[in-house]
Amino acid sequence: MRERILNYIEKNSRVDLKELAVLLGTTEAEITQELSDMESEGIICGYHTLIDWDKVTTDRVNALIEVRVTPQRGHGFDDIAQRIYKYPEVNATYLISGGYDLLVSLEGKTLKEVSSFVSQKLSTLENVISTTTHFVLKKYKDHGTILNADTTDERMIMTP
Amino acid sequence: MRNPLSEKIVNIKPSGIRKFFDIASEMKDVISLGVGEPDFDTPWHIRDEGIYSLEKGRTFYTSNSGLMELREEICKYIKRRCDITYDPKSDVIITVGGSEAIDIAMRAMLDPGDEVLIPQPSYVSYEPCAVLAGGKPVIIELKNENEFKLTGDELLEAITDKTKILVMPFPNNPTGAMMTRDELKDIARICVEKDIFVLSDEIYSELTYSGDHCSIASLPGMQERTILINGFSKGFAMTGWRLGYACGPAQIIAQMTKIHQFCIMCAPTTSQYAAVEALRNGDKDVALMRESYDQRRRFLMNEFREMGLPCFEPYGAFYVFPCIKEFGMTSEEFAFALLDAKRLAVVPGSAFGDSGEGFIRISYAYSIEKLKVAMGRLREYVEELRSR
Repeated sequence: MRERILNYIEKNSRVDLKELAVLLGTTEAEITQELSDMESEGIICGYHTLIDWDKVTTDRVNALIEVRVTPQRGHGFDDIAQRIYKYPEVNATYLISGGYDLLVSLEGKTLKEVSSFVSQKLSTLENVISTTTHFVLKKYKDHGTILNADTTDERMIMTP
Repeated sequence: MRNPLSEKIVNIKPSGIRKFFDIASEMKDVISLGVGEPDFDTPWHIRDEGIYSLEKGRTFYTSNSGLMELREEICKYIKRRCDITYDPKSDVIITVGGSEAIDIAMRAMLDPGDEVLIPQPSYVSYEPCAVLAGGKPVIIELKNENEFKLTGDELLEAITDKTKILVMPFPNNPTGAMMTRDELKDIARICVEKDIFVLSDEIYSELTYSGDHCSIASLPGMQERTILINGFSKGFAMTGWRLGYACGPAQIIAQMTKIHQFCIMCAPTTSQYAAVEALRNGDKDVALMRESYDQRRRFLMNEFREMGLPCFEPYGAFYVFPCIKEFGMTSEEFAFALLDAKRLAVVPGSAFGDSGEGFIRISYAYSIEKLKVAMGRLREYVEELRSR
């Protein structure tokens, strides 16, 4: 049941719980219990809203930054990752396999904010060897949702 | 001038859905729950394989029975889903949708006067196909109290010396009924005893919500007397690709292939390549769609309960079949009035046979959001009728 609840709310966390109980064939009480259990167990970490900010304002940019670092004995990448993700500007931080070590995402900043974060904060950190900043030019799909999707129903109105 | 038309064709009734379609498609703001095809797009990896086959220039005929690669995948698929073993060389033919398979199976098996038992309500093409093949359709009227399943007694009552084929349309369009292994055993026993062949239309086999589908061909003594028909339209959301297949005894498939060879040549090549991908890597897409249909099914059943509209719980396909007898109208009258008053299109149960009279078919191949609006309109209408 947990996985079925999660699969559903991952796409639509605003669903009415009574309705969700009907859709999954269970009771509202069970859903409420499972949700609050999963919240306190840290399985559900938050409820967010997917926004196409490009339709609201033009001066927000998103950036993905590749960071190469020197891992530390005894701590690996965790300490340096923490020093980076603690900055409130940072939206996501991942340890990555391949040509660089950390992928840092900044969302909804102005161009100036991104550049000053990278040049003044990120690159100056001890253990950071180099950074490569990529600006997102256009979002086609985010969180499994196609932005600007055409959703007209092309089926005939009635078929046997 | 002489009459240019064949009497046999002229005497076949046009589909009962046609006039509804004409009226509904003229109206504005109509919400339709009348569609018998998935609302999902064909999964992208399957479409991509179709595109790739075009890029590679695979634009020629395939063999009459279809790509060997696809026939092999179909046999593997049926082995894994139904535990029946078919030989891809002789027991399978790829057709243009399940519809063609129904047609050529009947034509390959019927002689004038042979009777075809057709349980109704059911899909609209069995009866005309039987007539076109020179057979005589004999209707078995399924009953609401049996949840529109075929019982052994009903079958026995309909069998005569002339009975040759029994059509088994489960999971069922329009009722959503499915039959369990135990229920099928009764039917199978009678078919063996009375030496009757079965045309099992299992096009909705992937869409069941209470245990897996059981094919009647998997029961003892049945494989040699069953034509199993299935396809990609419903389970894999591939209606427009027009691709189905039939599996059965080699001697029947050989004759079906002969008709197919003269009328069709082969099923669309692009679709066949896409279907190989569907069978190899499509299980998880089907599972996602199935879960989504099941949620909508539960949603509708709950709405009907709250409206007080009687409806047996269907466990297959993507239809529900609520009863509207309390309003003292025929299915057609109800459906026309609903369309007129609330701009909501449903299909009258009578379009699927006389035994569908007093019911309407509601398709849940629609998003929950759309179903919510539609159920709001239906509820208003039902309440208005009751307060009159």
